Amino acid sequence: MSADGDVAVLGVADHRRGELRDVSFELVTACRELADAVGGELHLAVVAGDVERFAEMLDVEGVDAVHTVDEGEEFNHDLYAAATAALVEELDPTALVMPNSVNGLDYAPAVANALDLPLVSDAVGLSYDGGLEATREMYGSKVETTVAVDEEPFAVTVRGGEWPPTDAPGEAEIRPFAFDADESAFPSRVLGFEEVGGGDVDIADAEFLVSIGRGIEEEENLDLIYDLVEATGATLSSSRPLVDNGWLDPARQVGQSGKQVTPDVYLAIGISGAVQHVAGMKGSETIIAVNDDPNAPIFDIADYGVVGDLFEVVPALIEQFE
Amino acid sequence: MKVLVAVKEVAEATDGFEIDGVDIDRRHLAYGLNEWDEYAVETGVRVAEQFDDAADDADAAGADTEVVSVTIGPERAEETVRTVLAKGVDRAIRVWDDDIAAAELDVAAKTRLLAAVAAEEEPDLILTGVQASDDEFGATGVSLADELGVEWAAVVNRVEVDDALARARVHRELEGGVEELSEVDLPAVLTVQVGSTDPRAASPIGDGPDAEPIERRGLADLGLDAGAVESPFRRTGASVPDRGVSTTYFDGDTDERAAGVADLLRDEGVVDG
Ligand SMILES: Cc1cc2nc3c(=O)[nH]c(=O)nc-3n(C[C@H](O)[C@H](O)[C@H](O)COP(=O)(O)OP(=O)(O)OC[C@H]3O[C@@H](n4cnc5c(N)ncnc54)[C@H](O)[C@@H]3O)c2cc1C
Repeated sequence: MSADGDVAVLGVADHRRGELRDVSFELVTACRELADAVGGELHLAVVAGDVERFAEMLDVEGVDAVHTVDEGEEFNHDLYAAATAALVEELDPTALVMPNSVNGLDYAPAVANALDLPLVSDAVGLSYDGGLEATREMYGSKVETTVAVDEEPFAVTVRGGEWPPTDAPGEAEIRPFAFDADESAFPSRVLGFEEVGGGDVDIADAEFLVSIGRGIEEEENLDLIYDLVEATGATLSSSRPLVDNGWLDPARQVGQSGKQVTPDVYLAIGISGAVQHVAGMKGSETIIAVNDDPNAPIFDIADYGVVGDLFEVVPALIEQFE
Repeated sequence: MKVLVAVKEVAEATDGFEIDGVDIDRRHLAYGLNEWDEYAVETGVRVAEQFDDAADDADAAGADTEVVSVTIGPERAEETVRTVLAKGVDRAIRVWDDDIAAAELDVAAKTRLLAAVAAEEEPDLILTGVQASDDEFGATGVSLADELGVEWAAVVNRVEVDDALARARVHRELEGGVEELSEVDLPAVLTVQVGSTDPRAASPIGDGPDAEPIERRGLADLGLDAGAVESPFRRTGASVPDRGVSTTYFDGDTDERAAGVADLLRDEGVVDG
């Protein structure tokens, strides 16, 4: 495939500590669909680290060219923002697509502002028919909205896990992008990484998780959940606010910033189903949700549901095992 | 040390909400301080306290620290701003006028408004929440940093400010239980993550009759015109998401529903008895 036509979409890959992150390959799928709708080529950029190896991995179906920026080892937002902006200026794409990962949050808005591009963040769907229409969620995933953008070029960040990954081999051209950066002069420096949330329990290995959310209201009320855990032999996990409050060990947190779990059964009690929580548990075999709000987004992904007050449902459930 | 904290009054969908046009029917919205901003406020107040304490120790006259909040929002938002004043913020600014009210406030528009306030206030540190819980854009803080030409860090759960060196050491919370340790030059904008501190309750002091007035600014006060809030975005639809998963609901009274769940757990083989 020769890459010399108009660039419809420039997508930026995401990697950390030597590994391309899954969202990079999902982003390719989203970008290819968009590039077809716009009518033009799909180019990718990969910045920092082992860019040649990354570029080879990113050479998947539908990608016309991969631009490598061989500067720096790890993500640094000053580097990403500057390199991405330089590539946009060089390639003049209709759409700049970045991941809505934590690193995406750290450079995408800066690039969009610097280039004066309208930014739609955290898109879960993209369509293009002479103009972009993006689908995104609001109000803690309770509402899905569509928004039209009456301007081009534009920038988008895409949510992970929304598009299937593309991994069939491709025929992309790999092009080193000459971009000089003096990292020592950057006003920000990444000093290192730290692992957090280790602990005695390993919720990732459990086959049955009873997971409790902010619906429990008070720390004292957790006794009820401990009773359920004891009666059923389940392992206890939770949503983030309980860990933030210091009520439970960080090792029990399920979600984007906690653990990914895939138990046979995930019983979510008083958990709304925010996207960052769902990211950690949607691979569960069977999901059961107990929530008193019939509109709680957790019911959108639950196989089984009980709409009801947990302070009534949980005691009744404990009784079933006595 | 001057800290500017951008806070937002967010709308929350109440139980049984209905959609009207391209948004939730207003009657089904409840308003309050954005959860993430509560942590941004606490972080700002703590940084200021730390500088006050250091000045006390050094017996210096007046540490000269100030925490100022800025919010873009209608008069209704003043209630939320009061709670922020009661949590240790010294002064509050509210940006609004008819042109802003009529605009679709996108990231770029908010960026311009906040940048104009920041240019007036000249803070050393600007804090925002990682995202607002209603529109979940998660972009305004970092966009603002670029507009001001200052440094930034997103999704921060720990901050140490080194005033002498004019820089901040931060922990950024990445995915999967990993944190990044970084250093950014000041001034900087940090977007603060929930759980990073233990936010204090509102103290009644800021609520009294001699409470600090909330300073108001319109576009003209900020040296801007209606062009600053023009937006290329148009909301075209709103619906309740359908993920295509069909959920089986247990019916009956509480005991019957509990029995349904218990039977299911036994069938799945994850509990005995
Ligand atoms: C960068 C980033 C990373 C994040 N990482 C994570 C993460 O790893 N894990 C995580 O969980 N979150 C994470 N979050 C936070 C996430 O956005 C939500 O705020 C959080 O998941 C909400 O937890 P919750 O569902 O327990 O609380 P809420 O959203 O407050 O939901 C409580 C639920 O309980 C229900 N309820 C209340 N009372 C009762 C009752 N009596 N009976 C039955 N139901 C009741 C309510 O209807 C509601 O649905 C992250 C956010 C960001 C921005």
